[in-house]
Amino acid sequence: MRYLTKLVPSVALALSTAIVCHQAVAETAYVSNEKDDTLSIIDLDTLEVTDTIAVGERPRGIIFSHDKTRLYICASDSDTVQVMDLKNNRIIAQLPSGEDPEQFALHPDDRRLYIANENDAVVTVVDVTTQEVISQIDVGVEPEGMAVSPDGKWALATSETTNMVHWIDTETHEVVDNTLVDQRPRHIEFNKEGTTVWASSEIGGTVSIIDVASRQISHKLHFKIKGVHPDKIQPVGIKLTDDGKYAFVALGPANHVAVVDAKTYEILDYLLVGRRVWHMEFNTDQSRLLTTNGISGDVSVIDLDRMKVIKSIKVGRYPWGIRIKP
Amino acid sequence: MTLRDALICFNGLLQRELLRFVQQRSRFFSALVRPLLWLVVFASGFRAALGIAIIAPYETYITYEVYIVPGLCAMIILFNGMQSSLSMVYDREMGSMRVLLVSPMPRPFLLLSKLLATSLISLLQVYGFLVIAWFWGVEAPLWGYLTALPAFLLVAMMLSAIGLFISAKIKQLENFAGVMNFVIFPMFFLSSALYPLWKMREASEWLYWICAWNPFSHGVELIRFALYQQVNSTALSIVIIVTLVASIVAVRGFQPQQGMGKR
Repeated sequence: MRYLTKLVPSVALALSTAIVCHQAVAETAYVSNEKDDTLSIIDLDTLEVTDTIAVGERPRGIIFSHDKTRLYICASDSDTVQVMDLKNNRIIAQLPSGEDPEQFALHPDDRRLYIANENDAVVTVVDVTTQEVISQIDVGVEPEGMAVSPDGKWALATSETTNMVHWIDTETHEVVDNTLVDQRPRHIEFNKEGTTVWASSEIGGTVSIIDVASRQISHKLHFKIKGVHPDKIQPVGIKLTDDGKYAFVALGPANHVAVVDAKTYEILDYLLVGRRVWHMEFNTDQSRLLTTNGISGDVSVIDLDRMKVIKSIKVGRYPWGIRIKP
Repeated sequence: MTLRDALICFNGLLQRELLRFVQQRSRFFSALVRPLLWLVVFASGFRAALGIAIIAPYETYITYEVYIVPGLCAMIILFNGMQSSLSMVYDREMGSMRVLLVSPMPRPFLLLSKLLATSLISLLQVYGFLVIAWFWGVEAPLWGYLTALPAFLLVAMMLSAIGLFISAKIKQLENFAGVMNFVIFPMFFLSSALYPLWKMREASEWLYWICAWNPFSHGVELIRFALYQQVNSTALSIVIIVTLVASIVAVRGFQPQQGMGKR
């Protein structure tokens, strides 16, 4: 009996661990298809599309709430941010977002959503709980990239035509500084510590690494792929690994993702993916990176242990944003 | 004929082929240089750095170098198979084939053993090429190099059998050189070795059909799929059928008297 009392809890523990492990393995990717007005759902075990869900018009940027129970979707042509309940994949709310929302970032407080309104040259701040607009901040022309610093102090917007990174103080909601970068900045990403921020310039063909303390550019990355015309190298999406080892830069119509040593800023490799790659996302343990390839309408899966592209999965037309849920 | 006799006989033939292979260094060298030139020079020109559309068995976008490697493996086998058939004509003319055929072993066994021995030699060259291609950055899945082995062997048997069939029909060495031009090059170029068949179809429908009917295309596709641990059943059946038919016809039609006897 004594053995039994010991045995039962350990078996139960083993079983529950197995179940938890299994759940942890079965990850799901959500991909917004800009031209189809849908989300494609990919099972990361089988690497197959398991479902396609109709959403608002021209879905682009997507982001999870911190507990990953809800997905916010920039429905650009519906001029709203939709809220999807991930339990049943139903749209449960439409947030006021300002006109043409494209990219957005969620504050660490899980409430304030900073939305770039491309057509109006403003950043709209929405409280996702009260579903009300808190503030609208004037920035440069055609804002697109949005990021909030890990400490929540800064919200950064990049304006594609003004070619600037705008530093918004999240206490006062005012632009306190601007950093000039190369032509057409599309995307911006903080490192995990919040000490540097990486901004891609689509036409300039560069990525600027900005020191957050001084708000000055400390490094600039240039790319060169054998056999690809320099005009085709148009950096957009950026992802940085949590361990600070690698940065990945999606190079648009060059159909490659650059692998960068995040410490030395050396370009280590270029990985061939589908046509016009824009945005990317890691899976939970950062062993894989998924890319959205707009023109070829697929998602490429990169194995980060081997630094190899292992598969490209057909999704809807013009896949844009991507997020992965454990 | 006991199994032991058969093995001794086969071993003798294999050793003879190996000896020839080792002694003719230039042959091994040229067998490697030829596909390497295609890989390094030709494929670089068509590099397709922006990627080739996804076709089975590939699961993602590939560069042109990756595409042509299976075709170049098949090319090595093709040249080797044809060259060894050439050697049969030579053997026949010089009389060493007659020496071989006085062996008490049945003639079909002798000829098929020779085919197999040649095929095994081809494998050495193919794997030599694959190792260099690996360093050039064209990598297949690791297990693929093993799963491709039976495909290489089968394709080598098919091409040697076709070579034997042709050599059985040739009376003299000089004729054979001509046939090489009319067999090797059309076989290689009118296949999926250099371009995917859908690309051929874009160029012309009849060209596509010639390529689709070419047994060499099926050999290339069998190798391509096997390198990626998959079986292309259509290619497999066609290669098996062609190998059987060509072997039977070649063995039946092989007349050792032809070379010298008729002169």
